[in-house]
Amino acid sequence: MKKIKILGATAMLSVLLTGVAIAQVGKPFIHDPSTIMECDGKYYTFGTGGGGLMSEDGWVWNSGAVRPGGGVAPDVVKIGERYYVSYAKGAGGAQHASNVYVMWTKTLDPKSPDFGFKDETLVASSDGIEDCDAIDPAFLLDPTDGRLWCSYGTYFGFIRLVELDPKTGKRVVGNKALNIAIDCEATDLMYQDGWYYLLGTHGTCCDGANSTYNIVVGRSKKVTGPYLDNMGRNMIEGGGKMVLAAGGRTAGAGHFGRTVLENGVEKMSFHWEADLNQSGRSVLGIRPLLWKNGWPVAGENFKEGTYEIESERRGYALELVVDFTRMAGGMRGFGRNSNEPIKPVPSQELADVLKTWPTGNIDVRIGDYMFRPHQKWTITAAPDSIGYLGGPYYKIVIAGTDRALAATAEAEVITVPTFTDAPEQLWRIDQLTDGTYRIMPKVVPNSKEKLVLVSSGDSTPTLAKFDMNSDNSKWNFKAH
Amino acid sequence: MNMKRKTLWLTLGFVILVGLGLQGQSATPKSKIDGIAKIDTTRSIAPYFTPATTLKKMPDSKGFIQRWLLLEPINKPNRGNTVFTDSYIRAAFATEYFPNQFTVVPKDGEKVKVGEQELMWHALESSKFNVKLFRFAYGMRKQYYGVIFWAVTVVNSPQEMKNVRIAVGSNSASMWWLNGKEAVILSGDRRMVMDDCLSPRLTLNKGKNIIRGAVINGPGMSDFCVRLLNEKGEPIKDLTITCE
Repeated sequence: MKKIKILGATAMLSVLLTGVAIAQVGKPFIHDPSTIMECDGKYYTFGTGGGGLMSEDGWVWNSGAVRPGGGVAPDVVKIGERYYVSYAKGAGGAQHASNVYVMWTKTLDPKSPDFGFKDETLVASSDGIEDCDAIDPAFLLDPTDGRLWCSYGTYFGFIRLVELDPKTGKRVVGNKALNIAIDCEATDLMYQDGWYYLLGTHGTCCDGANSTYNIVVGRSKKVTGPYLDNMGRNMIEGGGKMVLAAGGRTAGAGHFGRTVLENGVEKMSFHWEADLNQSGRSVLGIRPLLWKNGWPVAGENFKEGTYEIESERRGYALELVVDFTRMAGGMRGFGRNSNEPIKPVPSQELADVLKTWPTGNIDVRIGDYMFRPHQKWTITAAPDSIGYLGGPYYKIVIAGTDRALAATAEAEVITVPTFTDAPEQLWRIDQLTDGTYRIMPKVVPNSKEKLVLVSSGDSTPTLAKFDMNSDNSKWNFKAH
Repeated sequence: MNMKRKTLWLTLGFVILVGLGLQGQSATPKSKIDGIAKIDTTRSIAPYFTPATTLKKMPDSKGFIQRWLLLEPINKPNRGNTVFTDSYIRAAFATEYFPNQFTVVPKDGEKVKVGEQELMWHALESSKFNVKLFRFAYGMRKQYYGVIFWAVTVVNSPQEMKNVRIAVGSNSASMWWLNGKEAVILSGDRRMVMDDCLSPRLTLNKGKNIIRGAVINGPGMSDFCVRLLNEKGEPIKDLTITCE
């Protein structure tokens, strides 16, 4: 973050204002995004340079969030009816002399009469000489005892931890800063199942496509540390287990933030220093957050393609209720000459069976996967640029056809002959914390209930409430 | 295991048994030969079934319904089970085999005529969670391959229950009706697995509800298991099961 601090608000602001429209995510240009917050049905994240992004649905992001104070790398936490926002800015004088401030507002919606930041207070600082640069603050509201913590710092010395008063956001009187890590920037803290996790960003910041920024983690049984990585190395000695690094055509993952939507559905926000598909700009990234053997792992955003949709319950595949069409041949008899020439057997193709299918609605069930046309689903983003936190709505059709999976008013699932973009034909796909997926219709006709695709039996799908503790609610996408 | 393989093993088993029998004839005292024959003479539905009584009977601890009226198997030759597509079994079960087959709640011992066959209804209680139709047919010394079984039971509910599902497992394909309406169909060469196929959400009436099922099989074991699940997917056990 130190370079950004020098570049200041102007450069980032110019990026924010001149972004090229990207269909699937609007203008998601930001650096050092704060933890994504939902407020009155909208999502917000603040970045370096003042302001930030907002989104109606969590998928299409545009500028519009308002944060006074300028400076760098803010974070947000909601406590009661207040959104506390922290940020840092130079204290003047030496390069690494910085101050961390906290302020609060009742709403993040700048159009609301309740909007307005109050009680800005200094909670930490560095004098430019000491082994610390007081920027990149991040909050942790400890769910076990309600105490509020703030980590901050850069490569210039230590990452430090201070305690704040959750009622005011002010520094607890008499609190001494603790050194908890080195070689990090853009830290964050989170709690999960008895462990405190310290996320840090390693690598080179602010070098566009050449930024090696990457997110690492260590964990501790105490919020005050020591934070050890998977190899037992203390983060104060440089330890850290990788959570997310460059991939695809994006580089420089940094500034982790965790958003828990519900039990089993978590997202991590961050920035890519450079998205080569978006002019190499710094963009907001949102990935599923997974947990594997007690460690956070960046999940994968769903990729369009043709898949078997496999139930986690039994391992059977979602399929049309159509007559099973046998392929030619059968088991080769015993005792045959093994020297007979080997030749490939063609797969059953859609054209082989399509005429045997009804032309109207066809029910769906779950059955043995046999790589047959009635079991292959092509999943692509729906035409409209609408979505949810981390993804667009998808249409799910039988491969090679326009026959689309749809929710019914009876809370069941069917296929309709033609995709019409009706909301009951749009599907939200979230990777869950265990790596499986949740599949949820945008709407269930005549219902306000939030239902997902579930296995009611081994071979029977339906729509019902999501239950992370049941494999009925979970699916896998297998590309064969 | 596909049909042919199943048939192969059945054939192999038969050959081995015949071979053993021949060995026995050549090398074993006559009493042991009688012993082999004796097993055949005790061919019985016990210990799989007992006659149904009028005593109060509820589903078992997991909600499985164990009291059923079973019709002796209807002859429906099929060399294999892979023919049991949805279309096939819908046609097979839409065929009228005996009068009032979709409405009757027969009495124990009542007979029906199906083609050349005269078949009897048996009111039975399964000693297991599942109803072992193969053992029923075998024990009754009836045809047990290439058959259709009909089953009827009466579920008495203390109150109306909405969003109930009938959960069925069957070997092989089957179709089930609740109070005369189709509830769930299990197609294909299917093995019996509890909660394999579930009906859509249904309403269980206060008082009597009739569950009717038909199971079709070629070669192999035939059986089914049925229970009712509430909207949470939990078994419904607050029911009494009768045969009338």
